[in-house]
Amino acid sequence: MQNQVTFLSCLFNSLSIRLSNGLSTLAAWLLGLFWIFPLIYALWAAFHTPEYAAHFALDAPLTLENFRTAWVQAPFMRYMLNTVVITLLILVFQLVLCTLAGYALARINFRGRGVVFALILIQLMVVPEILIVENYQTLASLHSIDTYIGVGLPYLASAFGIFLLRQTFKTIPQALEDAAKIEGCSILQIIWNVYVPLAKPTYLAFSLVSISYHWNNFLWPLVVTNTEQSRPLTVGMAIFGAPESGVDWSVISAGTLISVAPLLIVFLLFQRQFIQSFMTAGVK
Amino acid sequence: MKLNMPRHQQIYAWLLLFPALALLAAFTHIPMIKTLWRSFTSSGMQNNTGFTLDNYRYLLEDDVFWQVLSNSLWYAAVTVPVSMILALAMALWVNGKIRGRSALRLAYFTPTILPMITVANIWLFFYTPEIGLFNNILGWFGHSGYNWLGDPDLSLFSLMLMTIWKEAGFFMIFYLAALQGISRDFYQAAAIEGSSRWTTLRRITLPLLMPTTLFVLINAFLNAFKLVDHLFILTKGGPNNATNLLLYYIYENAFSFFDAAYASVLTVVLLSILVVLAVFQFGVIERRVHYR
Repeated sequence: MQNQVTFLSCLFNSLSIRLSNGLSTLAAWLLGLFWIFPLIYALWAAFHTPEYAAHFALDAPLTLENFRTAWVQAPFMRYMLNTVVITLLILVFQLVLCTLAGYALARINFRGRGVVFALILIQLMVVPEILIVENYQTLASLHSIDTYIGVGLPYLASAFGIFLLRQTFKTIPQALEDAAKIEGCSILQIIWNVYVPLAKPTYLAFSLVSISYHWNNFLWPLVVTNTEQSRPLTVGMAIFGAPESGVDWSVISAGTLISVAPLLIVFLLFQRQFIQSFMTAGVK
Repeated sequence: MKLNMPRHQQIYAWLLLFPALALLAAFTHIPMIKTLWRSFTSSGMQNNTGFTLDNYRYLLEDDVFWQVLSNSLWYAAVTVPVSMILALAMALWVNGKIRGRSALRLAYFTPTILPMITVANIWLFFYTPEIGLFNNILGWFGHSGYNWLGDPDLSLFSLMLMTIWKEAGFFMIFYLAALQGISRDFYQAAAIEGSSRWTTLRRITLPLLMPTTLFVLINAFLNAFKLVDHLFILTKGGPNNATNLLLYYIYENAFSFFDAAYASVLTVVLLSILVVLAVFQFGVIERRVHYR
């Protein structure tokens, strides 16, 4: 009798574990489907004629017409070029400026270091787009409205980058720097030959986070660009997709795919590094 | 140590910091001070009208402002906890031995790298009445559907739904990183003790994730006040300001109504909210999580 009860309860336990495992897996997959659905849907709509936009028939004929229409209706090449130039411009400056500042904060014991570090960290919270009113005025007074440098300028120094690099540089043994000093290296040589090579994972992590932030940034570029000359993809897409423009869903979907394709392809190819990088950046 | 530091070291430090500090000052610190200054000394697009409290007086009487503030707080108060709970569940799933783990991780994370503005275009189609996808699906079940973005009682909720979708995968990353940092020993000990999965989660995993939860919580709140891109596509703050959020209202005042003075006052309000969150972060959380 006792044995039977134990047996039954064991059986019940293992069944309930299996059931809860199964339910949990099911929930995970349903959530995953819902999360990827908008992208799948965009693919569906982009490759089918408008009649099939909300009508899912497996035998619906495929078409590239939407891509052709989208391509003609908006200067995607120009937008893409603008986005690439702006994103890279920002990244290059960020890497250089944050390296210099990060090194000074990590390794030089100067007066006022704590205060300077605290002042820098303010930008983590007060990002430039919150101060659009004043920053727009500043850019206008510099005659940099509607230029690449205008879109990039407020972001060239990144508190996040400085913080990440400072944390990384602090973990690099002081002995390496001392050895380089004995060899007669200058500070810039030490940074370039000792610190930069050892901080490569941090540079990769920061670069991926920065690229995806600026590829997707919208509010500031919207305010500071007026023409195709400097308008990035996000702003171009907002105009292209506006209901006033009278473009249909299938064409908007095609445009959406064109505009996210470069970043999405890079992400799919390097997804492991991407996720790892976001994790590295998040933990610090 | 500090006193022995050669003088040229000090100079080097400032030289290395100069470019970054100059840019940060020009686009963060000085604008903050100028915003505060402008909020007290200007009216409309006119500057230096002398000290005045008119802009603040107008703020208190502006019904739209109070609605926008309440919208923003609700928006943060709902999207943050919901996305965080989903993020935790996602992280636990893809950190465990679930079938199709990497595909799931990819699905959860993808919204994070897509631009808000372009995915808003897709969501706009989901939400559109008559031909929209959500109403189509409801139609299969004989439901007449909702006016997702046009109904003032529903529109903020519709925005929240999209925001949760966009943010949860991003927060998952933080939990995933934290989970991978938890030593296996804890789980082995729990297994030896015969602790059930639920107990292990409640007594070991969740307490160890506490610092991460606090960190994500603050940053998620900060994020929630900055996230307005989708308004430009989905609702433009309408209907009748039902979905207007603080940063969008600042943009409207500055660049549609050309009232820089009032936009500055609103910016001061937004900055105050951020300061409160910052004080909370450095006061409460940094004491637990130490940066060396």
